[in-house]
Amino acid sequence: MSHENTDAPPYQQHFFENMQQQNQATMFGIWLFMAQEILFFGGLFGAYTWYRINYPEAYEAGSSWLDPKLGLLNTVVLIASSLTVVFSVHAARQGRKNGIILWLVATLILGGVFMGIKTVEYGAKYDHSLIPGKIFPENPFNWHGTKEQVEAAGHADHSTGLKYYDKASEGTKGNIKPGAWASDTYVKKTQVAEPKGIQIYYCLYFAMTGMHALHMIIGAGIIIWICILAHRGRFNKEYYPHVEYFGLYWHFVDIVWIFLFPLLYLI
Amino acid sequence: MSEAVTAKNYLNHESTIKSWLLTVDHKRIGVMYLISIIVFFTIGSFAAALFRLELMTPDANILQHETYNKLFTMHGVVMIFFFLVPSVPAVLGNFLLPLMLGTKDVAFPRLNLASWYLFMTGGMLALGAVILGGIDTGWTFYTPYSSTYANGNVIMAAFGVFVTGFSSILTGLNFVVTIHKMRAPGLNWFKLPLFVWAQYATSIIMVLGTPVIAITMVLIILERGLGIGIFNPALGGDPVLFQHLFWFYSHPAVYIMILPGFGVISEVIACFSRKRIFGYEFIALSSLAIAFIGFFVWGHHLFVSSQSIYAGMIFSILSFTVGIPTAIKIFNWVATLYGGSIKMTTPMIYALGFIGLFLVGGLTGLYLATLAIDVHLHDTYFVVAHFHYVMVGGMVFAWLCGLHFWWPKMFGVMYNEAAAKVAAITIFIGFNLTFFPQFILGYMGMPRRYHTYPEEWQVLHVLSTAGATVLAFGFTVFFITMFVSLFGKKDAGRNPWQATGLEWTHADSPPDPHNFLEDPKVTIRYAYDYEDESLYAEEGKEG
Amino acid sequence: MNFGFPSFPEAASEYAKQVDWLYAYLNIVTTFFTVGIIIAIIIFSIVFARKSEEDRPKGIHGSVPLEIFWSVIPFLLCLVMFVWGTDLHFQNSKAPADSMEFLVTGKQWMWKVQHPNGKREINDLHVPAGTPVKLTMTSEDVIHSYYIPSMRIKRDTVPGRYTEIWFEAIEPGTHHILCTEFCGTEHSRMIGTLTVMAPADYQEWAGSGAMGDITVASKDDSGPMLSVVEQGKAVFTETGCAVCHIGGGPAQLGPSLEGVFGTEEELIDGTKVLVDEDYIRESILNPAAKIVKGYQPVMPPYVGQIPEEKMMQLIAYIKSLAEESTANEGEI
Repeated sequence: MSHENTDAPPYQQHFFENMQQQNQATMFGIWLFMAQEILFFGGLFGAYTWYRINYPEAYEAGSSWLDPKLGLLNTVVLIASSLTVVFSVHAARQGRKNGIILWLVATLILGGVFMGIKTVEYGAKYDHSLIPGKIFPENPFNWHGTKEQVEAAGHADHSTGLKYYDKASEGTKGNIKPGAWASDTYVKKTQVAEPKGIQIYYCLYFAMTGMHALHMIIGAGIIIWICILAHRGRFNKEYYPHVEYFGLYWHFVDIVWIFLFPLLYLI
Repeated sequence: MSEAVTAKNYLNHESTIKSWLLTVDHKRIGVMYLISIIVFFTIGSFAAALFRLELMTPDANILQHETYNKLFTMHGVVMIFFFLVPSVPAVLGNFLLPLMLGTKDVAFPRLNLASWYLFMTGGMLALGAVILGGIDTGWTFYTPYSSTYANGNVIMAAFGVFVTGFSSILTGLNFVVTIHKMRAPGLNWFKLPLFVWAQYATSIIMVLGTPVIAITMVLIILERGLGIGIFNPALGGDPVLFQHLFWFYSHPAVYIMILPGFGVISEVIACFSRKRIFGYEFIALSSLAIAFIGFFVWGHHLFVSSQSIYAGMIFSILSFTVGIPTAIKIFNWVATLYGGSIKMTTPMIYALGFIGLFLVGGLTGLYLATLAIDVHLHDTYFVVAHFHYVMVGGMVFAWLCGLHFWWPKMFGVMYNEAAAKVAAITIFIGFNLTFFPQFILGYMGMPRRYHTYPEEWQVLHVLSTAGATVLAFGFTVFFITMFVSLFGKKDAGRNPWQATGLEWTHADSPPDPHNFLEDPKVTIRYAYDYEDESLYAEEGKEG
Repeated sequence: MNFGFPSFPEAASEYAKQVDWLYAYLNIVTTFFTVGIIIAIIIFSIVFARKSEEDRPKGIHGSVPLEIFWSVIPFLLCLVMFVWGTDLHFQNSKAPADSMEFLVTGKQWMWKVQHPNGKREINDLHVPAGTPVKLTMTSEDVIHSYYIPSMRIKRDTVPGRYTEIWFEAIEPGTHHILCTEFCGTEHSRMIGTLTVMAPADYQEWAGSGAMGDITVASKDDSGPMLSVVEQGKAVFTETGCAVCHIGGGPAQLGPSLEGVFGTEEELIDGTKVLVDEDYIRESILNPAAKIVKGYQPVMPPYVGQIPEEKMMQLIAYIKSLAEESTANEGEI
């Protein structure tokens, strides 16, 4: 056999003997990549487990401020997006380039809904002063009790929900924006002890959901790229590897969320 | 033989810069890695030269504390991540794997090029961190010093390690798929050269282990940059968790750094004993055993860290277990020598030197696996001596061995044998003089990463620095010898060593851009079939 | 073997001597195999040197019995190392009950030591010979490691938790103390001297009014030196712990601390917890984490209010509280 394989399709790489070898090799490569992604997230899950064993109260208290309804909605949205990806692969198998684009765009939209809900959740964390670290120095981490405790104390709205005393007058000052309580003139009415490790819980919450969101953003970029390729007629009934491998990647991102959801929201 | 000089090969068929920087030819990529890692090796060596000079006296004479700390950190980071990890896999592995497998390239050549660019990006970031002020955390980045207290470019260095990690992962991924899917017809697993088995085991570790250091570096960056930290005791974090996450990769990493070397030694011992390797299957499978068990021993770095004593016990027995497959290799190599026809070429000198030095390094590892002894020796010069014996006496010797062995294949030239032997012997002597005194220093209690030390330890330090000077001289002779050889006549011939392996029997020196002019037919009965007469036929008449 | 310069550390305790025996075993095994393999290589290289380029030696595939032999024998030799090393380590892991308890705090870049009778030292450590000495250690900032080579002991000092080592020096002498976990700029200066003294000399040295070579402000600079326990009592008093925790009858807000150390407490969720140093520390810094059954979560957290050294003194005092009521002494 010479270097030029004239009956090979144009998308067969010259160093592969035939398409079967190329497809098998590429599929194997993608699975290996998935394996390393599992190890990548594994480090975070390992840290989660380590601290869960050591700080069970912090996990219980911390997760009280996560809304399982929003989490469930996000889970449904992601599973639906995996379904749209499957339809896109199906369209590819039938050589329907518009089908590929249509279903990938649907996936993108669902991904956008997921990110939107995530933004709402992150915003709520900001409102409740639950973001550790120095990202928002004007709104430092301020543990003020579990959601149940805050509601039981009679503060159902979504701001800090605490009443403060003016030290001088000893009267209540009503709800005050986070950060203000750290001054000398106001005293927190309810002294709520921080469960040990509560900041660690939120660090892990943001690290894990953030890393997951980053993978979704990367996925969104890949969707746009594949749509462009599909539009240019790159794929046909026999050749649509990008779509198929992206499907695998997106399913993986979905599965990571399916682990994150119960670990953070439910238990 | 003169047709080899003008024949088209992978080096001369295109010579623009673009053809090199945008190449997808695994051979060119191997050569680019070679140049890159030599640059990094030189940088790492200069750092060592400076602090070895300082250590001749017990007090601080030529360096300030901060500078000293930055130098040993730079030495560790550069040597481990940018020299040792890629040394054999990225240079020799990239160059040889497709040739040994009888195929035209690796499974994902463009990914291969991307790996090199990721490697260079990571390297530039790490060097940038050094140039822009340096980091002084040690290559181990222990928290909370690195995440909260250190003044330095930790984020940049950590990010450099992160990026280079992906270079490693993608190279490993490439190799695993290539070995599985692209072997020439007739080349079944148990006919593969042991170099391929070694690369395979290494690549598995690269793919599965490296992501953990990647995420650990991300966490360090988050903690330092955003204050989101899970290692900070003030927030309730556990600094020892960092050590677990770090060593979960970094212990398997040391197997990444030695397994390819084992592969090289098998090739060279077989060739210069002109005899098949004794116990081939055992050596092949022992590489996999080391890769597997190696994932479960990381806790031996944490014996004195406040880790539970029962966990310590488990990690101790597993650490002993991982040494057994390695011992098997050594015995098998020596058994291969028995009854062979031994020729003392430069690669053979390096290979035999490897066996002796790696043996010392490996056996001293047993001391560190022993709980009560490790309590005394942890973080002392004993550990420094141990890992330099395995990494330099082991891996660097194996890398030098491999370079000398495959040099004629890669560049079509032969180096000056006498000069190369002088370099080998000088390096051997210099190495032992540098690092053997450190075992003694370690048991006496000399801690690692110390700038100044009690003066009664000075004599041993002077000996060590003297050795480092000899070592530097030896490496200089090596570099000059190899560099000069590149200007010689390209008449090495296809198989100057009369070795088995498709890269020798079926590819030119230097090889054609597409490796083989005709697809190779695998005729050997078994790996290292040195009794096959066709191997010794005149050039041009191989079947 | 005397080379004119030191090449082996002194073994200053019985434990150190035992470690050295294990080291000797390791050295013998290592030397045996290293020399053996090197000699084999040299002999084979000479005997089987290539005589002509026509040589075609007979290949030997291998030998399974040989593989088993040279796997099992090394493994058994390693098993000895493992068992011996683990046994020694376990033996040495628990300090004897009658140990003198010292407090050690690592801080960039010094060691702060406090003797049981309150005497303080920076970097150095004076101990009596023939008495087990237990060091309870922590760090104020980064991870350090306390290492006494001649005792063959070492342990990391980790911020946020306590670690322990112990040793018993045989006879008077001086030894190195070294920080062995890289901790920053002056890591190599974080060293000191262990001075072992005859018991009578130690009594004299420790009992003397001199505070050693430091000027750490203690509660009562002008008065007599206070022991660790006494200083802990001072912290207990000024922080007001007795109000809720000592002899208050049925209205007492917090669990009684008299005689509580070392016992088991039941928490409101039914789990049992051992009252040790870590538990007491946590209950002071973050009381809401574990509430004892029958009590309300009203104790305020003291995080950031009690420095590490005072925390250790406080814990030492609580350990010392006897069963019988000390209500009179506890009133403010």
